[in-house]
Amino acid sequence: MTISDPSLDSVDSPDDDSDASGDSPAAARRPIDPERIGLGGLLLAGLLLVLVGTRLVTGVAAVIALALTLGTIVMLIVTAVLGGPEARRKIAPYGLLKPGMLWLALFYLAPLVTLLRNSLSTLPSRFAVKAEFDWNFGNYSTAFTDFGGQFQRGFGYAAVATILTILLGYPLAYVIAFRGGKYRGLLLGLIIIPFFTSYLIRTIAWQSLLADTGPIPNVLDAVGLQPLLDAVGIMDGDKILNTPAAVIGGLTYNFLPFMALPIYVSLEKINLNLVDAAKDLYSGSVRAFFTIVFPLSLPGVFAGTLLTFIPASGDFVNQQYLGNPNTSVIGQSIQNQFLVQNNLPVASAMSFVLMAIITVFVVIYSRFFGTDDLA
Amino acid sequence: MSAPSSPVGSVVRWGLNLFAAAVLVYLFLPIIWIVAFSFNEPKGKFNFVWQNVTLDNWREPLKDEALTDALVESLKIAAISTIIATVLGSLIAIGLARYRFKGNALLDFVLVLPLTTPEIVIGSSLATLFLDQDITRGFNTVVIAHVMFQISFVALTVRARVRGFDWTLEQAAQDLGASPMRTFWKVTFPLILPGILAASLLSFALSLDDFIITLFNAGSVSTFPLFVNASFKNSFSPQINVLATIVLVASVLLMASGTLIGTLRSRRQAR
Repeated sequence: MTISDPSLDSVDSPDDDSDASGDSPAAARRPIDPERIGLGGLLLAGLLLVLVGTRLVTGVAAVIALALTLGTIVMLIVTAVLGGPEARRKIAPYGLLKPGMLWLALFYLAPLVTLLRNSLSTLPSRFAVKAEFDWNFGNYSTAFTDFGGQFQRGFGYAAVATILTILLGYPLAYVIAFRGGKYRGLLLGLIIIPFFTSYLIRTIAWQSLLADTGPIPNVLDAVGLQPLLDAVGIMDGDKILNTPAAVIGGLTYNFLPFMALPIYVSLEKINLNLVDAAKDLYSGSVRAFFTIVFPLSLPGVFAGTLLTFIPASGDFVNQQYLGNPNTSVIGQSIQNQFLVQNNLPVASAMSFVLMAIITVFVVIYSRFFGTDDLA
Repeated sequence: MSAPSSPVGSVVRWGLNLFAAAVLVYLFLPIIWIVAFSFNEPKGKFNFVWQNVTLDNWREPLKDEALTDALVESLKIAAISTIIATVLGSLIAIGLARYRFKGNALLDFVLVLPLTTPEIVIGSSLATLFLDQDITRGFNTVVIAHVMFQISFVALTVRARVRGFDWTLEQAAQDLGASPMRTFWKVTFPLILPGILAASLLSFALSLDDFIITLFNAGSVSTFPLFVNASFKNSFSPQINVLATIVLVASVLLMASGTLIGTLRSRRQAR
């Protein structure tokens, strides 16, 4: 994070100062800490929007809450106008962050609270759309008992796919970073290009490539790999489509760039003089790699793991197009319960469990490695 | 890296290079399939079996009207949501990178959260909010949803680009008598603009491509991915391949021209 230089404040243009002091000289020396107004106003407005969004406050109270939210914005502007350049500088970040953060409060945080409440609700009748909140924890036991297998498969496939993306993505990133030379930019572009065709259509393309009469099973058959792949359980007889291997393959394919790019970024930062130094001290190439390059590239691997494992564990597109009913995953069950069965409470409970497990994973993970390399 | 020291070393080196090349081929297999089948003469309603090379699909790229409508809808949604998210996200990025302030760790954390939430959770939770509030899901709700995940993406991408920015340039401009507004538009903005443009281009692509979140919040609106998914059991027209190829080529050209302009610019500055 860039730290702003405090000396910057003293050089605010002179006409600015005269504006503020001209309006109200007393206000410029207000005792209230502008940072408190900024942060307090932002948090209060966010909280109020969550309350209104989740309908925890309704009617007149909601109107008051919205008025208060507006009030925090007015307060921010008043402080900025009346305060001196120092106050303005202190309050500026809150003003810059506020619009986007309030959007996230209303459309990210509030929905999660609504989701939690829905997961503890009961549908009044089979055909009702809206559930009534009554602390019904039964939805959670339904989620675990009826969909335990889907949870296991969802996380299992995602884990295997994540490991595969490391195995494929690391060498790719390594070759581009250290042997790409002047073609580095071009090669990186090649990794990004698949992003520009629809994810869904790419997956459909895999369905066609892996189909029983498609090119890949034909090639595998022709080179005689099919009995071997059948023996190790990757293929089912002469089929590869509609097997767990196809689902995992699709996930690996779709998330490979998310792994390769962060690894590349961390490899690129490595100072090659370190490797040369190691070699000067008679370390072999392999040893130099494992003692210097690999540890320094770990932040990229960790960032890539988050960017791959999280979306992969909730994905159902690969399963829908490449799997069979026996390989159904949690994302699919949520989608089915929500959009097809209209069973909001159970769908919400499953969503919430998925989110909770991943949050625990992310918290433990980022305690060790930080989230700095995510972007 | 230094020169190979032994024959074994060079075998390892070439093995690694070949492996990387194979991974790149793997990345491009479906892309090749998509482009190739845009030149196929389909048999029946499904363009999945190779028949003959034809240019017919390219002569009538908009023949599948419902598909074209869906693509137009997708482009509209992506354009609107990208503009909103780019403004909101860039403001956050500047705020986070330019200032040190109370609560920035907390706000930073809130910003990262949407990126660490599976799409299915984002999609289903937003849909429960809209249902709960009796808001009919349609075009507007899709835009709201897309802006939501784009904000974090734009903010973090722009912040990463702005991190190395030399803020003393602002001081220099103000020393020379420029007002804060003028300083921002004349000095800061032009310097961070390439980062903002790159982030908005990628977030446009994210919106265009989004399937899971859109599925939950679209109501009766049909976007390109939603249409392809919904009609998949009945048909898969070659126009899908044609339009996907056009989108691909247009994006690659945009990205390439952006990089080219950036390179030319930095060369001119270096002189």
